[in-house]
Amino acid sequence: MSEDLEFAFALVLSGASIGLMYSLIALGFVLVYKATDAINFAQGEFVMLAGMVVVTVLGAQAPLVAGIVVVLLVMIGFGFGLEKVVLRPLLGRPVVAVIMATIGIAAVLRGWGPLVLGIETRALPLPIGDEPISIGPATLPPIQVLGAVVALLFFLVFNWFFKKSRMGVAMRAVADNQQVAQAMGINVERYFAIAWAMAGIVSALGGVVWGAMLGVDVQLALVGLKVFPVVILGGLDSIGGALIGGLIIGIVESLAAGYLDPYVGGGTKDFAPYVLMILVLMIRPYGIFGRRQIERV
Amino acid sequence: MFHRESGVFKTTYSADMALYPLPIAKWTMIALAVIFVLVVPMIVHEYYLSILNLIFIAIVGALGLNILVGYTGQISIGHGAFMSVGAYTAANLAVKLDLPFWLTLPAGGLMAALIGVIVGMPSLRIKGLYLAIATLAGQLIIEWTINHVPAISGGAQASIEVDRPSLFGFEFDTQGRLYFFLLFFAVLAIVATLNLVRSRIGRAFVAVRDQDIAAEIIGINIYRYKLLAFAISSFFAGVCGVLYTYYFGIANYEQFQIIVSIDYLAMIIIGGLGSVLGTILGAIFVTLLPIVIRIFMEDVGSLFFTTAQMANVISGLRLGVFGGLIIFFLIVEPEGLNRLWRNIRSYFRVWPFSY
Repeated sequence: MSEDLEFAFALVLSGASIGLMYSLIALGFVLVYKATDAINFAQGEFVMLAGMVVVTVLGAQAPLVAGIVVVLLVMIGFGFGLEKVVLRPLLGRPVVAVIMATIGIAAVLRGWGPLVLGIETRALPLPIGDEPISIGPATLPPIQVLGAVVALLFFLVFNWFFKKSRMGVAMRAVADNQQVAQAMGINVERYFAIAWAMAGIVSALGGVVWGAMLGVDVQLALVGLKVFPVVILGGLDSIGGALIGGLIIGIVESLAAGYLDPYVGGGTKDFAPYVLMILVLMIRPYGIFGRRQIERV
Repeated sequence: MFHRESGVFKTTYSADMALYPLPIAKWTMIALAVIFVLVVPMIVHEYYLSILNLIFIAIVGALGLNILVGYTGQISIGHGAFMSVGAYTAANLAVKLDLPFWLTLPAGGLMAALIGVIVGMPSLRIKGLYLAIATLAGQLIIEWTINHVPAISGGAQASIEVDRPSLFGFEFDTQGRLYFFLLFFAVLAIVATLNLVRSRIGRAFVAVRDQDIAAEIIGINIYRYKLLAFAISSFFAGVCGVLYTYYFGIANYEQFQIIVSIDYLAMIIIGGLGSVLGTILGAIFVTLLPIVIRIFMEDVGSLFFTTAQMANVISGLRLGVFGGLIIFFLIVEPEGLNRLWRNIRSYFRVWPFSY
């Protein structure tokens, strides 16, 4: 392979692995939107909270497994609690109110999280070494490989969950038509809470892999901003869309950074995804796999 | 002079639309005007004047956001970016072309309005969640552009210093003088908004908010009015950004980041969506809150934290309390402080026969 091609291959590979990690976080957003029609502007803050919980547990000399168990429990409880306290009273209110409420949640987590769990940046060490793993002519840091593997695993699990398990089918019914689901004897409110708890689980894992990659402090919440391009591109209510959208956004970001940064002085990585997203909103607002059910005005 | 009406006895449209429905309202306004123009600047200490100045600036920006979100029902998370457009436009004009403030101020507003219309374009096709995300993208793209284009941002620090505004050789260089400068624009913005929302345009905005399809059927061109709402709202934001620039003497993109957009959303939610008085109350509340927190923490917090930690603690507390208040008001009192004020007023109005 020529040198140019190798460079491009390395960019695509690195972008794809980062992209899969984006889709892991986007998955939490999609789960909530699919089941409850609520828009979670606090997904990045969920991830930050999870990362902070893990490093706090690890800081108390506990093993990593304990940290992961604790963060899973905390995030599940957090998801249930949030649904009960904030989202349920807002049922039936305009979509703007729900958006504002999740922005409020984001502010609360960003404000109180560091105060309670520690302000300074901390590392989240995972026992996977630092040796870059070489794939073809390119190399990847092991944490990116791990993140990509975790993301793929989760997609398989959720795919099975929604297609085969009783709970998943009930959840799809709730997402499809709440009244009919209720008439069929499905406890809709319970499934709303479960959806938020599942977003908590996804965020817990997202917090571990992103925290290990970037270090844990309040800046970790900024990965949440990348969720929107991913879900808009993939389609808000599509789990497969989150996967494909994450891959595309990750690759676009990486290619933009590799080829455009030298000309504009850096930073295209944070810029390109949003331009792509605006284009998608203009041309195909329901995304690649989303339901064509946008209310036109 | 002190009486209130006991029912609705209006027989003409102009009586129904009047800014001052009763003589007492007019007298209150005159009293407020005297207090704010003559009494306050004479007796209030410079530090408190500087807080009042910040409140005046916030009122201008919050009124703009309320026109868009509260009256027209279009959500925007990009208000801070529109302010930065106004701020940098004015700062560039003031420094490079040496223009006076009465030219840079409308120029900043108009530039912001133009950008606002472009960012608002998606509102023609999408609404609610999608519009929120589109304006969020607008905020991030504008932030990035200003930060990465030296022709706009004026170099490495991405900040431009400007002189204080001056009029006919009179320089607004102290807090006491800036007070009059900012008071003028705050009052102008309030009167403009009051007049806007009771005009044909304002009623069209409310119609679009309440039921856009019905609005279209009765002959309102909703595309035009949505873009108009974005333009007016961004114009206010741009002017607000220019005022910040003149107030601080510097245009810096860090003053207009996404956090600012959330602050302004907090103002109009806490104050009351779709209400001018609520906007003013919200602007006062949100401006005072961090100051109160800081004073409180300087007294109490120093027992628990070192000075180095304090800055982080205060900013964290501020954000956390804001978020909590947004959620609280959304759940408990969606109409905000304005509703609380109306409740108090109507209690006394019918007192002692409250039923």
